[in-house]
Amino acid sequence: MAINKRKVQEINAGSMADIAFLLLIFFLVATTMNVDTGLARMLPPLPPENQKTEDIKVKERNLLLVLINGAGQIMAGTQGNQELIDLHMLKDKTKEFILNPYDDANLPEKEDTEIALPDGGTWVYPVSKGVVSLQTTRDTNYQSYIMVQNELTRAFNEVRDEVAMRRFGSKFSELSDDERKVIVEAVPNAISEAEPRNIKK
Amino acid sequence: MAVMKKKGNKDLPPISTASLPDVIFMILFFFMVSTSMRDQELLVRYRLPEATEVQKLEKKSLVSYIHIGPPSLSMQAKFGMAPRIQLNDSYRSAKDIGDFVAAERDKLNEADKASMTICLKADEATKMGIITDVKQELRRANALKISYAASKSLGY
Repeated sequence: MAINKRKVQEINAGSMADIAFLLLIFFLVATTMNVDTGLARMLPPLPPENQKTEDIKVKERNLLLVLINGAGQIMAGTQGNQELIDLHMLKDKTKEFILNPYDDANLPEKEDTEIALPDGGTWVYPVSKGVVSLQTTRDTNYQSYIMVQNELTRAFNEVRDEVAMRRFGSKFSELSDDERKVIVEAVPNAISEAEPRNIKK
Repeated sequence: MAVMKKKGNKDLPPISTASLPDVIFMILFFFMVSTSMRDQELLVRYRLPEATEVQKLEKKSLVSYIHIGPPSLSMQAKFGMAPRIQLNDSYRSAKDIGDFVAAERDKLNEADKASMTICLKADEATKMGIITDVKQELRRANALKISYAASKSLGY
């Protein structure tokens, strides 16, 4: 029969590529690829207004004051022992403050805390009571603030790495979630974000 | 050889473009998967500060952005050079942050509200005064989980 002999007409797919190109260009224009990175922090909640502003007494030896002025200069130390230091030395100072390796009477106290391990046991670790308090003036540059925040974070991360290495034999970033919780409990990220000081506006 | 000469077809056969759409589709799917939609137009310019200890922001749907920096070039004639806070698509003052946080929180479902993160994208030359005002407003709005946006650097 004549109909059987005739071939079914093929749909021309030549323009398929053009359609796909159009879609591709649309997605290229309408989307972004950047991954956001940043330093994660928890702000302290505001105290209720009717409550009396009663300063929580933190012992002087447990508080590392870090002050940044408008010129980007850094002063760090416990109350009374503050000194002008370089950004590069801040990390080591913070680490010494968190760890207090020689149980110095001017550095933070440690409290033996029982931490539950993921395998069911407990682990007694001397958790430092130290708190790093970061204060700025209103004219401090954001850049120097982030640089100091970065050094403090780096100090805590390195201490965590060291503790993780001793306890679990691998770095903090390579641990499982449960093991990570143990380390976070042993080395809490104690950076306090206080309000700025209104020194000569 | 003899057989081929008999056929007498001396032209090169054209390269088949039948697989071109497939290639393009593959690139298209790659871009669809690896990118996210651009959600708002920037009215401020910023260069993020650099840091080495940055972490990735996890779930993008839980993150709201606050941009702080000098107005972009086209807006400078109108608004000058002083740093501004951009919420959604307009310049706002620090006082509006409470409303902004409430609106953003309403968009999330109940389970995710606690893990809402505010990402502060501020220009590196901004003064801490404006940042602190924003932080105080965030504390007042009880949005305590924040992230200081910074680009990854390899250190000094």
